[in-house]
Amino acid sequence: MNSAVSLAPTPWGLLPVLAVMLPVAGMVAALPLGARGAERLTFALLPVGLLIAIGTAAATYASGAPLVHLLGHWAPPLGLAFRADGLATAMLLTAAIVIGATALYARAEFGTPPGTPERREALSFWSLLLAVWGAINLAVVADDLFTLYVALELLTFAAMPLACLDGKRETLEAALRYLMFALLGSVLYLLGVALLYGAYGTLDIVLLAQRARAAPATVVAAALMTAGLLAKTALLPLHLWLPPAHAGAPAAASAVLSALVVKGSFVLVVRLWFGVMPGLPAPAAAQVLAALGAAAIILGSAAALAQARLKLLVAYSTVAQIGYLFLMFPLMTAAIASAEDAARAWTGGVLQAVSHAFAKAAMFLAVGLMAKGLGHDRIADLGGAGRAMPLCLLTFGLAGLSLMGVPPSGGFAAKWLLLTSAIEAGQWWWALVILGGGLLTGTYVYRVLAVALTQGNGDTAAVAEPKGQAWVALALALLSVVLGFLPLGAFGLVQIGRLDLAIGGAP
Amino acid sequence: MSATLYGLLGAALVGIGLFGLLVRPSHLLRILSFNLLGGGVFLVFGAVARRGAGAGLPGDPVPQALVLTGIVVAFAATALAVMLLLRLSAESAKRPDPS
Repeated sequence: MNSAVSLAPTPWGLLPVLAVMLPVAGMVAALPLGARGAERLTFALLPVGLLIAIGTAAATYASGAPLVHLLGHWAPPLGLAFRADGLATAMLLTAAIVIGATALYARAEFGTPPGTPERREALSFWSLLLAVWGAINLAVVADDLFTLYVALELLTFAAMPLACLDGKRETLEAALRYLMFALLGSVLYLLGVALLYGAYGTLDIVLLAQRARAAPATVVAAALMTAGLLAKTALLPLHLWLPPAHAGAPAAASAVLSALVVKGSFVLVVRLWFGVMPGLPAPAAAQVLAALGAAAIILGSAAALAQARLKLLVAYSTVAQIGYLFLMFPLMTAAIASAEDAARAWTGGVLQAVSHAFAKAAMFLAVGLMAKGLGHDRIADLGGAGRAMPLCLLTFGLAGLSLMGVPPSGGFAAKWLLLTSAIEAGQWWWALVILGGGLLTGTYVYRVLAVALTQGNGDTAAVAEPKGQAWVALALALLSVVLGFLPLGAFGLVQIGRLDLAIGGAP
Repeated sequence: MSATLYGLLGAALVGIGLFGLLVRPSHLLRILSFNLLGGGVFLVFGAVARRGAGAGLPGDPVPQALVLTGIVVAFAATALAVMLLLRLSAESAKRPDPS
């Protein structure tokens, strides 16, 4: 077959491995360093990690093929491969930027200025932030289903304590619920891994793509793994853990949780459907997946509209936006006859993941600042917030534009690609869902802006906006908008190394 | 024969664990159910290892290595969940539920 499926090591193949090793080594080193040292170490590693992500993207783009590294020169099925394709590099870049921005923002809350005693939460925060970063990087570049299982568990174990750092009772309860959902998800995933290994004798995605047949074991394994991953991604019927976990989490933890952690398992669903079993088109199952996504868009947006607290509104908005990600599945399987349509749906899905990551991180950070400045996050009492915290409100509005899909923004480009792909594939009902979801999103964003821009009862005059943190949030929101200005050709990067093209999908 | 038996036993454990995890309201019972479920999955791995035996070996070593990692991860998860539960009950004892 063509070079896209080759598992030979490539030059620069060490870059994705470094992207994983750097934060993991940092996490281990941070523990004995204490809170102040951990903070310094994080800020030393951030630019290096960003450079590695940019280097990976550049090398992938230049060679037009995924970067591959074989650990210890052992080739799969015996050894483990790291493979950074276009999707992986896009997520590596996103993770580096979101983690970096979150770290800058979190300095005010978890930083240890000279002369102050070190706090335990601060040490936990910085080491867990590095752990999340390492785990998400591993979850996008690993090529072995069991390594991916370990990555998913790491991601959960790092994100869960991050969400309950304040140790209050409600937060702990939400964290325990999150953990139970995540554990159920990972154990179902592991059962699927066992079945796949029993059937094909390998867990390497590239090798499985060539070997997988439509046998009962494959179908059962795929169903189990998909169900498990949906619980971790918080797709609609399994989303119950997400809003409470956000309610009491620090703003920085919410940003990372919504922007990155749920995307890790989403990338894995994509790898499973279009990597492990591209030869098994399952139009009915893909329709079910997208129907869950559509239900998430409509019900999640409606729930967001009904929330009284700003933070929960943003959390339910995440539930809705995750729904969009799953619309790419029936479009990819239906578009198998036309490579162009499949490419459009693929780019749309990946772009939605990336632009939502930036927009939602920005939104959570801005909402965190507003809640702190005003002392509450009740939407009905936000009057005057527009005058007191203009940058935060601008961030909220810009991120909202991207979530709605208003041009020009990254969210618009993503939703436009999905929309046109749905119409081309003759599945007009998804187009209706995308448009309806956009309207609902517009309504709940407007609801917040309308209240915040009113005069209010005047007690917000003394509220000062922390400018540095607000600019960080605004930068993320701008980034999610700027994605919409990139020429579509630039998104060719995310097409590199698609296994469904290489193995049997395209005619 | 024994591989089939262990595979079926594993499937039964998975069923019991899944039932407990979904139906039981108590956190502790759900953590235990998760462990039953995990045990079932590990048994399935064992059956897979037995069936995949080749070259005169009694079993395929790769699934056994995977099971070891899986057990470590499941143990860590259980420890984390139990710690969380202990913290939760300590918090509840400290501050009685307002409702």
